[in-house]
Amino acid sequence: MSDTTLSGSKIETETVVPAASGKKAPKGYSVSTLPGFSIIAIFTFFALYAPIMILVLYSFNAGTSLAIWEGFSLRWYAQAAGNERVIDAAIRSLILAGSAATIASISATMAALATTRTRRFKGRTMIYALINQPLMVPEIVTAVALLIVFAWIKVMTGYTSLLYLVAAHTAFCIPFAYLPIRARLETMDDTLEVAARDLYASPMQVFRRVTLPLMWPGIIAGFMLAFVISLDDVVITEFVKSAGQETIPTYMLGQLRRVVTPEVNAISTIILVAGAVLVSLFFWVSRERR
Amino acid sequence: MSDMALNTPPEPGALELEEARQDNRSRWLLALPALLIIGCFATLPLLVMLVYAFLTPGDYGNVVWKFSTDGWVAVLLQRDIFDDTLMWADAHLSIFWRSLRLSLITTVLTLVFGVPTAWFIATRPREKRQFWLFLVTVPFWTNLLVRTIAIQELIRSEGVINLILLKIGIIDEPIQMMFTDFAIGFGMTYVYLPLMVLPVYAAVDKLDFRLVEAAHDLYAGRWTAFRRVILPLIKPGIIAGSILVFIPCLGAYVTPRVLGGGKNLMFGNLIELQFGAGRNWPLGAALSLTLMAIVMVALIYYVRVTSREREDV
Amino acid sequence: MPETALKTRPATTESETAVDVIGISKLFGSNQEIRALDDVSVAIRKNEFFTLLGPSGCGKTTLLRVIAGFEPPTRGSLHLGGRDISRLAPNQRPINTVFQNYALFPHMSVANNIAFGLEMLGKPKNDIRDKVTEMLQLVRMEELRSRRTSEISGGQQQRVALARALAPQPEVLLLDEPLSALDLKLRKEMQIELKRLQSETGLTFIFVTHDQEEALTMSDRIAVMNAGKILQVGSPREIYAHPSERFVANFIGESNFLNAHLSGNRVTLEAGGGTYEAVAPEGVADGKVSVLVRPEHASARPGEAAGEELAATVETVVYSGDATSLHLRLKTGETLKTKMPNGPEQSTAFGEGDAAAVTIAPGAVTILKD
Repeated sequence: MSDTTLSGSKIETETVVPAASGKKAPKGYSVSTLPGFSIIAIFTFFALYAPIMILVLYSFNAGTSLAIWEGFSLRWYAQAAGNERVIDAAIRSLILAGSAATIASISATMAALATTRTRRFKGRTMIYALINQPLMVPEIVTAVALLIVFAWIKVMTGYTSLLYLVAAHTAFCIPFAYLPIRARLETMDDTLEVAARDLYASPMQVFRRVTLPLMWPGIIAGFMLAFVISLDDVVITEFVKSAGQETIPTYMLGQLRRVVTPEVNAISTIILVAGAVLVSLFFWVSRERR
Repeated sequence: MSDMALNTPPEPGALELEEARQDNRSRWLLALPALLIIGCFATLPLLVMLVYAFLTPGDYGNVVWKFSTDGWVAVLLQRDIFDDTLMWADAHLSIFWRSLRLSLITTVLTLVFGVPTAWFIATRPREKRQFWLFLVTVPFWTNLLVRTIAIQELIRSEGVINLILLKIGIIDEPIQMMFTDFAIGFGMTYVYLPLMVLPVYAAVDKLDFRLVEAAHDLYAGRWTAFRRVILPLIKPGIIAGSILVFIPCLGAYVTPRVLGGGKNLMFGNLIELQFGAGRNWPLGAALSLTLMAIVMVALIYYVRVTSREREDV
Repeated sequence: MPETALKTRPATTESETAVDVIGISKLFGSNQEIRALDDVSVAIRKNEFFTLLGPSGCGKTTLLRVIAGFEPPTRGSLHLGGRDISRLAPNQRPINTVFQNYALFPHMSVANNIAFGLEMLGKPKNDIRDKVTEMLQLVRMEELRSRRTSEISGGQQQRVALARALAPQPEVLLLDEPLSALDLKLRKEMQIELKRLQSETGLTFIFVTHDQEEALTMSDRIAVMNAGKILQVGSPREIYAHPSERFVANFIGESNFLNAHLSGNRVTLEAGGGTYEAVAPEGVADGKVSVLVRPEHASARPGEAAGEELAATVETVVYSGDATSLHLRLKTGETLKTKMPNGPEQSTAFGEGDAAAVTIAPGAVTILKD
């Protein structure tokens, strides 16, 4: 038994030795190669983009049909641009995302300043937990909980406005804005602020002249993330909105129930491009000055 | 007197204690706006919902302020209209089963495609990884609804897949793929795949390839090395990715609504139904809290896995 | 001897005190259980290059931070030019720091970094511009004024940090291991540069380092610290030649510790040999004491000991270029290291196991407190 294993291993060593010493071999022996993995990976990348590409392609279809290609045309873009409900929803989406992202990034900046670069203080874990709470609850649950509360307030006050949506969006945008801002602060060298203090800057001047300029990339990244998240939201908006408060995503969701025209594709394409631009910017900003 | 007061040294540490107390106060004050917004518009509503789960449904939606546990009972059981006996709510059970099944299938599918993809990215030269990671991340941040619509375009009766299959002549008639469980699973796999790739990538990135070399040196083949050395080492990443995919699948709402149609409900759609046509808000609240509890259990497991991984490093 | 040591003190001996540290303690931890500084008192004179020397964690950086105002002392007070500044915020103290990692603002140019303190003090624009130019000249960096701080080398960053701290003309400059990030050659250059800057500006420098050689070559006076306490303050020569206790001796240079007997001001080694004259520090009574002998103050020749020489056996011979060290075993079992310069000829023919006769130079025996 032991004899055979011994001789077996001996044979293997003999065959391994020339391979190991043969550094001049045309193809290096790479242990990171796993059979089939690259093929699956390439297929996955293809599969990630193909559906989006088809969607974009069909948004330029001249025909009404979603199936048959009838030539290139901007017809559906023109139709979307001429559709007052689309324009209305688009403006509302932008106002909503703009205000929610602004409030979220300001309050997230303050929260990040409060929770970073300090020893453990009483309640810090609780602040963390609270700030990340919206991430831990399924969106649909938050949505119906808000529906309950807002329905109650709406009945009590009779007040319906975009403020409900702004409040709801701000709440779930804060953790997204908080993430990059906190990351930025944590990698920031805090002796810089100590140095500024040493050079006669008052606490306010330290913040304005040193802390804030150094935090900017993080804040911008946080704002953009929050903006994208708000712009994309369907579930919470769908449950919180009052009558006539469509955003682009809820408008599209409503359209899907009816006869689908390539107009939805055109709008989707615009959202895709806008989103891709924002995300690329986000990558670029957060890679800056690393 | 005042001179005396000035000259007496402060109690040991009094100055620092006061400073620490002030520091604490200003930190709480700084965090306050964020905490208030989240507290009012995310946390508090959950507590209100907890109350609503114990009330009686109103006739036209909303609730009547009368204590009742019917909402909770109705999560699993239903009352016979005629003889008032309780029996299993089959409709709910089948929806729970579908949610669980589709979430598990989706997790497995994202594993099958996600692990090789993560491996592929992590074994590229360092300067090129950013590009591949970017390619995975962009779809993740683009609109979920748009991505779902893209899948719909693909699998509709007149969609690209059917079109191609008809052209080649494999089928004579379009296959009905929309509004099936297949459609939901397919869509969720597509939509949540990046959530699997990123944590697995992080795990592979940390993998010490000298260990793999050691395995090869000790006569392991590629597959044995993968099974016996690589897989155990990247397991935390795989578990993290699986939970990250499983959780949103369980609570999915948009994808099943668009691709599953009105018949193939999942957990999220069942909740919505109670606030719409079902007009049973307490049941909806109870269902929501049930979903939340399941997700919390998964999350706690996730936190334990990832923190253990951090300790290991 | 104290007399010889006094001669080496700088001419500023009689001048007034710049920074007076009076009984400062600093406790850390939730129960104040960590004593970073334990009742530290020291008077730092005007225009002197004063070094806080000690191993990491000895409290030297904490003391620096207390002086700069970043840590409030738990007990004690701090005077600057006779004024109590214990309660002033760092931005209200005319004290500037050169930080260990320089802490240059990455979002500002070299010139803007140097101008920062002056701006904060509300100086007029023209004055600031002139001062920045002057500072750039002082540290020989004129041509790099508009560069980003991330685009210049480590040595250049060091100079900018110095210029930035000097620009507001502080009364005291604190330097927190500013040379530790530089490579050896650059460090030597900067040591000379720092000395030059100190004599040109006439400022009080308080320099923190754990590098004994750096401390010895640059300082007017050194305070050796350990475990939150100052063990000894003195000129480099005093500290090296006459350390007050074993820790100081051990931390600075190489040491031999030998058991001896003290009677009046005469010391007899247990290992034999003659008697040596030495001054006992305060609190050391006649009887058994331990003494320090620096290796270079002991010399050995091959052969049996005679007269006042100590008998020893050679254990190891270490050749190090300029000198040869011998590790000797005395008849008491104690070890003694000697270090003798090498001449142009082949070094002495010591072999392992040979007998050696050791002579200790007069005045080389220092009695230690413990």
